Parts: sequence; structure tokens; C-alpha cells
Amino acid sequence: MKLSLFFRRHRIATAVVIALFLVILPQVLTSAYHLRVATLVGIYVLLVSGLNIIIGFTGMFSLGHAAFYGIGAYTSAMLTTMVGWNFWVALPVAGIVAALFGSLIGLATLRLRRVFLAFTTLGFGEIVRILILNLRSITRGPMGISGIPVPKLFGWSFTGRGYYYLILVLATLTVATIYRMYHSRVGRALIAIREDETAAASMGINVFGHKVLAFTMGCFFAGIAGSYFAHFQRFVSADSFANLESFAIITMLALGGTGSIIGPILGSTILVLIPEIFRFLMRYRGVIYGLTLIVVIVYRPGGLANVKGVFEKPKLPKRPGKGRFGFGRRRPAAVTGESV
Amino acid sequence: MNLLEIADLHVHYGAIHALKGVSLSVAEGSLVTLIGANGAGKTTLLNTISGAVPGSGGSVLFRGEEILNELPHLITRRGIAHVPEGRKIFSELSVEDNLNVGAYIQKDKQRIRTLIERNYELFPRLAERRRQEGGSLSGGEQQMLAIARGLMSDPTLLLLDEPSLGLAPILVETVFKLISDINAMGVAVLLVEQNANVALQTATFGYVMETGQITIADKASALLNNPAVQNAYLGVG
Repeated sequence: MKLSLFFRRHRIATAVVIALFLVILPQVLTSAYHLRVATLVGIYVLLVSGLNIIIGFTGMFSLGHAAFYGIGAYTSAMLTTMVGWNFWVALPVAGIVAALFGSLIGLATLRLRRVFLAFTTLGFGEIVRILILNLRSITRGPMGISGIPVPKLFGWSFTGRGYYYLILVLATLTVATIYRMYHSRVGRALIAIREDETAAASMGINVFGHKVLAFTMGCFFAGIAGSYFAHFQRFVSADSFANLESFAIITMLALGGTGSIIGPILGSTILVLIPEIFRFLMRYRGVIYGLTLIVVIVYRPGGLANVKGVFEKPKLPKRPGKGRFGFGRRRPAAVTGESV
Repeated sequence: MNLLEIADLHVHYGAIHALKGVSLSVAEGSLVTLIGANGAGKTTLLNTISGAVPGSGGSVLFRGEEILNELPHLITRRGIAHVPEGRKIFSELSVEDNLNVGAYIQKDKQRIRTLIERNYELFPRLAERRRQEGGSLSGGEQQMLAIARGLMSDPTLLLLDEPSLGLAPILVETVFKLISDINAMGVAVLLVEQNANVALQTATFGYVMETGQITIADKASALLNNPAVQNAYLGVG
């Protein structure tokens, strides 16, 4: 791909252009609706990048990511409307609460193998939704929580642009943190676990501990996204965090490319924009996601980022069918009849 | 006191009694080999030492301390490195990152650098390929990478499982020469091999394993001349 090569050669220039574009964007997008869509992309970048730590780096199949998104959203909604906390305090606390739930679920389930972990997280997603609906005294049940306050900064209330810039900052911080982590000792340990758990353990890596850590980190970012969403939408209800939402997040991750830094950004941008641009497709949003997931897994298990790794370190051309997502996963090379 | 002292070790896989009271020892700095047919329990023994398979009885002492059924990553931290059968390198990481992961228990960056350089001296082939993905290496190079990765934890005992598996004869020689070199640096080696001939020529002491039990234990040179061993494993006589 000549285009991707061009981006790799001029990485800093590309980064500057993209950064400028993102900063200027609200001046161009005059309609409040367009700005809302751009903000929504940012929220999904947080969600998908977080799930990428769990699925993409560590190879654990979590199908209930929306549950932690919901926990973050409800934590923040309840703290600000019922206890009267400030948004800026509720935001990190929502992340921590989601992370706490994540680590508890992780401690209970992460010894399970792929399929079983997928099922238990799927079940957990459903449990959270039903609890939200039925714990009326705390969550107000099916009525949801409304009147969530608008974030204020130095006495100035957020408007469309404020929301946009805040999510831009949060998404940038998230992606940068994950990038640093990916290239650190911990990041390499997670990838070693994804590649081969037994071998990773014999390197002295605490496999279970790192799995819980990865799961907790992913849930933290989901909690932050949830808190932000609650204050952006100013209303939360269980519908926003159903299993369909988990599948949307997974589809974005698969489309963008699991295990890459740029993949989640591409995936969430494309799959938020498509139903918005083609409004007549909005009714078929679920169909689009389902079809995308099937097509990606069958034809391009590595996702888009396999080709356009703009911010990735230049690597050798990759083999086909190397994606980590589902059936396309490449196993370590066979051991028979080889020689130098 | 021996570096590794295994006494009356039993392992069960469900109803199957895989190890039936194995006793074996490895002295500090020695090169010991364990030979035997497929399914004799050689790999199970190594996996039990490194903690990947739980033992159901007996003891494994490393430097006089019981390590049986300790968590695998803690056993590695004690100074035992396990190079598993079939290499199990991290195929999507570069050669250098494979070594970096191998050095996971090392905290000192300078020390990691030294260990990597030592490996590149031992295995010049890996130095040439340091940026390449592990999965793109040939079988022989992958075996070298697996051994090099094991050495990154700076072990006092190296467990090698079938390093000759699937390698061309000329490469087998190279790999075993390297194993001698590593042993000469002071690392004790417990070598599991089906290729009994080359294993016994490299090692100083050897054990023969049959269906979960040690049947013969002797100096490697003596085993090479033992008619029973020659018949069963060396294809002589």
C-alpha cells in the first residue's frame, strides 16, 4: 500500500496534520448535530481502545464491555444528581468504580478459557442491564436518570464545542497512555500471554495477575467513557448499555484491527459515521454491524489497521490471515520438517 | 547438595499415572540428559519441575528448597528456565522483543542489554534477524531463539525439551555445540532428548526413562556402551 507507506515515512507530519484537523474541526462543523456526531466518535474511541487492551493485546474474549460503560455512566449520574458531586470528581471516580467491578469480575472469571470467558462476560452484561432496570430505589429503574448536570469549568458551562474538546483531550490521553503501555514491559507481557500462556509463565510472567490488570485497565476507560456519556447526553437509561452496545464496540474493534493502536480509532470513526451519513440506514444499524463483523472476520481478520498502521512502528509485511479476531488467528508455526 | 534433587515424584493426568516415583538429580553446572521413547514421561517431568503440570506426590528440591507445585512464574524467578518442546516462541513479536520478554524478571536495563549482547554473540544468526518477527524465522532459528529467550532470565538451571526436534542433522550438531557452550558458561542443563546418540555424547550423566519410571542411571559414556541402551535407543547391535 503506497498510501500507508507515505504515512509511515512522514509520521510526524501526518500526526501534526491530523491534530490540526481535529482542533479546527468545530470551527468547520457549524451544525450542532455534526458536532454531536464528532463527539460520539470520541466516546467510542475510549470504549474501543479499552476493549482493545482486553481482546487485542491480551487475547481475552469479553463480550460484555457495555456493562462497564453502563456502570461508569450510572456511577457518575448518581453521584452528581443524588449526592451532588462535581463532574470533575465524578469522572475519575466513575472510571475507578468500573475498574473495581472489572477486577472483581476478572478475579472470578479470568481463569476460564476463551469460550467460557466469552459466555460469562456476556452473562454479566445482561445482569448489569437487569439490575439497572430493577434496582429502582438506586437507579430509578426503567425511568432512567435525567437532569444530569452540564460540566462546568471556571464557572463556564460546556456547550457543543466544549464537549467536543473535552472528549478530544480524553481520547488523546487514553490513546497516548495505551500506546506507552503497549511499548512497555507490561505491554510485552500482555502480548506474550496472548501468544502463548504457558511460554509466558515460563518467562516469569504472572499470567493471571496480568490478565486481571489488562481487564481492569480496559474497564477503567469504559467507566470514563460512561461518565462522559452521562454528562453529554444528560440522561441515562439501561437501553444504552445493553448487549447490542457491546457488539457495536466489538465490531468497531474488529473493523479497525485488534491489537493495533490506530485500529480502534479507525473502527469507531467509520462505524459511528456510516449510519449517521446514510440516515436511511439508521434502522438497519444492527444489520450493518453484524454484516461488518462477518465480512471482517472472513476476509480481513487483521482489520483495517493491518494495512494502514499510520502510527505503528514500521514492520515487515504481514502474512495473510494473521488477525487475532476469532477464526483467523494464526497459531505458532508447525514444528515438523523445518530447517534453516 | 545437588542443585536439583527430585525424589519419588508422582504425576497423574486424571486416571493415568504418568510419573511413577521418579528420582533424579542435577549437580551445579552439570549437563544431564534424560532419554526415552515417546510417551515415557520426559516432557511431563520437565513440565512438573517448571510448575506447568501439578505433581501428586514426592518432592522437587531446588537449592534445597521445595518447589513442587509452586506457581510457574515464581519458579522462573528462582533461576530455572524452561525451553518448551516445539519452541513456543512469540511469533508476532520481533526477535529482540522475544528476548525482552524473556528478560521479564530482570529489572536492570543495563543487565538486560548485557544479556541480549551475550545472546547475540552466542547466536549471531539472531543478531542479523533482530528486527524480524519471530514467526518468520526458520525452524532452526526459532529453536535458537527459544534457547536464547530462556537464557535471558539468567538461569542457573536450563530445562531443554527436545531441542533437536524437526531440525536437519547439520543443525542438530550446531544446536548441541551451543548447548555445550552454554553449559561451559556455568549453567546447569537438564536435556530431554529422543535423539539419544547426540544427547549422550554431549552430556556427562544420563537417565533412561520408560513408562513413567527411571530404569537406568549412569555416566553418559557408560550408557553409550550399555547393550540395553544401544539396542533400544541407539540403533546399534
